[in-house]
Amino acid sequence: MSDTIIIKEKPLTYSAAQAARDMSGTATPAGEKGSRVSEGPSGSKPEKTLSRRNIILYGTLIVVALYYLLPLYVMVVTSMKGMPEIRLGNIFAPPMEVTFEPWVKAWSEACTGLNCDGLSRGFLNSVQILVPSVILSIIIASVNGYALANWKFKGGELFFTILIVGAFIPYQVMIYPIVIMLREIGLYGSLTGLVIVHTIFGMPILTLLFRNYFASMPEELFKAARVDGAGFWQIYFRIMLPMSLPIFVVAIILQVTGIWNDFLFGVIFTKPDLYPMTVQLNNIVNSTQGVIEYNVNMAATILTGLVPLSVYFVSGKLFVRGIAAGAVKG
Amino acid sequence: MTSVSVRDLTLKFGSLEVLRTLNLDISEGEFLVLLGPSGCGKSTLLNCIAGLLDISDGQIFISGKNVTWEEPKDRGIGMVFQSYALYPQMTVEKNLSFGLQIAGVPKDEIARRIARASEILQIQPLLKRKPSQLSGGQRQRVAIGRALVRDVDVFLFDEPLSNLDAKLRAELRVELKRLHQNLKNTMIYVTHDQIEALTLADRIAVMKGGIIQQLDEPLTIYNRPVNLFVAGFIGSPSMNFLPGRIIGTGDQARVDLGQGLSVPLAGYEAGGPVGDGLDVVFGVRPEHLTVTREPTSGPSLPAVVELVEPMGADSLVWLRLGPHAMSVRTESTVKLLPGDAVNVTFDLHHASLFDASTEERI
Repeated sequence: MSDTIIIKEKPLTYSAAQAARDMSGTATPAGEKGSRVSEGPSGSKPEKTLSRRNIILYGTLIVVALYYLLPLYVMVVTSMKGMPEIRLGNIFAPPMEVTFEPWVKAWSEACTGLNCDGLSRGFLNSVQILVPSVILSIIIASVNGYALANWKFKGGELFFTILIVGAFIPYQVMIYPIVIMLREIGLYGSLTGLVIVHTIFGMPILTLLFRNYFASMPEELFKAARVDGAGFWQIYFRIMLPMSLPIFVVAIILQVTGIWNDFLFGVIFTKPDLYPMTVQLNNIVNSTQGVIEYNVNMAATILTGLVPLSVYFVSGKLFVRGIAAGAVKG
Repeated sequence: MTSVSVRDLTLKFGSLEVLRTLNLDISEGEFLVLLGPSGCGKSTLLNCIAGLLDISDGQIFISGKNVTWEEPKDRGIGMVFQSYALYPQMTVEKNLSFGLQIAGVPKDEIARRIARASEILQIQPLLKRKPSQLSGGQRQRVAIGRALVRDVDVFLFDEPLSNLDAKLRAELRVELKRLHQNLKNTMIYVTHDQIEALTLADRIAVMKGGIIQQLDEPLTIYNRPVNLFVAGFIGSPSMNFLPGRIIGTGDQARVDLGQGLSVPLAGYEAGGPVGDGLDVVFGVRPEHLTVTREPTSGPSLPAVVELVEPMGADSLVWLRLGPHAMSVRTESTVKLLPGDAVNVTFDLHHASLFDASTEERI
């Protein structure tokens, strides 16, 4: 070790070496004198871990967390019990005999009306609804928001106001007219029709989200791109898109959870064999024939909730960041 | 030859007139500074010239071509922004080449221009970095480089140094001046900083309320401001304004400052007749006043020292002269204390006289 240090020091010029010695020379007296800090409190203030404030704060947090987690716990536990064990009535007890049969039954055997192929059919339908709806609505809304924020055009503000007002009109008012319109263009009862409905209903909030996000980006960036000769699409794809990952994540989460959890539109605009997972779940849980299979119901519910749940887990951090970013400037 | 010409330009936002029938001719190779307080329309005017704002009325010519309806990219301009406006996801090199790629400039030509610009601005070591890895001064250099590679006739600067700290600002100011001397491009530069304006400009256009108040060489603007606004806006510490009234005519004319104090106007180059009894504002800069302890032979007025602000090379002395407070710049070797009685002498050659009602120079 010391060898390498000597080798390193060799190339030093006299003056540099001298300077180094001088510096250490001035440093030593201060070191010999020792610390200049006098008696009494010094440095950072010590904090007690078990202070009253901490007990109240973390105590409350733990209680609230347990309160929210308890139903999930009951669901998971119940879904892994057999029916005899459930009949014992102790819903908080962990399963004595873990079984995954209810899960299998919920997924592929439970009966809804005439079909007895469980949730799997609904899952496939939901995916077929979800993917195109999310992609289509986000593409359109992001371009909308970008145009509204950056390319001020005549009537742009009016268009935006109408869009936002549209968000406040109750769904119930629009359902029947939409049914008629879909029927007239021959899309009533099809997945395509439902995708269109989801895309339209997602438009106000998504457009607002994207508009605010793009408006919060420095305007000079947009001006610079225009001076550089970039057009509408070039600025969108090469300048704006690479900078807007957080807001896209927010939009994806909003749309995935919103569309996946949708029940009303699914019931109204599709037919029984095209029902999304939520409708299928309802039909399983609410079927009135035979005994109520709590374990199957619980398993089916968890299965249905898995998609939004996993979306939150994967992108929670980005979600918070994006919401904050979009909220800064309106 | 004229490089940029603005004719009768008017810009309205709704019913609000931001720029009013504005005329401006900038000759080739000129460094013109648009100076004014915030909200005076200087940046707006620059954006109009750049084509980033649609104008309501009038015409804009660049290099003899009517570009009123042209897109920014077709106007032959390069622009540098206050916030640098570098594309954050691209490296410095990509930032420089972005516009050229869009314009379809051949690859080797792009490389040649980037090499030239980065040599002029000494940013070769930074080419592979992202803007977030650069300091403020480096970012602004890159932003200037982006205008430089476009190989244009006219450079537009929108408060390019305002985001930098004082030391860097002074450094880059010198660099900009050097750049202009070497390139000899036309440059239009917006700022609210009068030091930048005075040091950089060939001509300054002082703006207020969407109107150019005065367009002239820096020293003319400094020494012979056309109205009270320009006089008060230019100069730091600012000009002393002493309200008073003219008494007498011709060579005998004096400015009565109240409380029996008056300054003879002999030596002042009036632009027109100075009427007897006219209410005026007498303006004189702190450095055009002299303070002495003993009465001088020439006309001087008695005053009392109120406050002394040492500023290094010189000191700013605040005086009470009758009803007026005024500041005087003195050598820091002159030792004055609050309460000292002194005599003030006015340099009439560098003074300004304004009509109190019209606020115009007399």
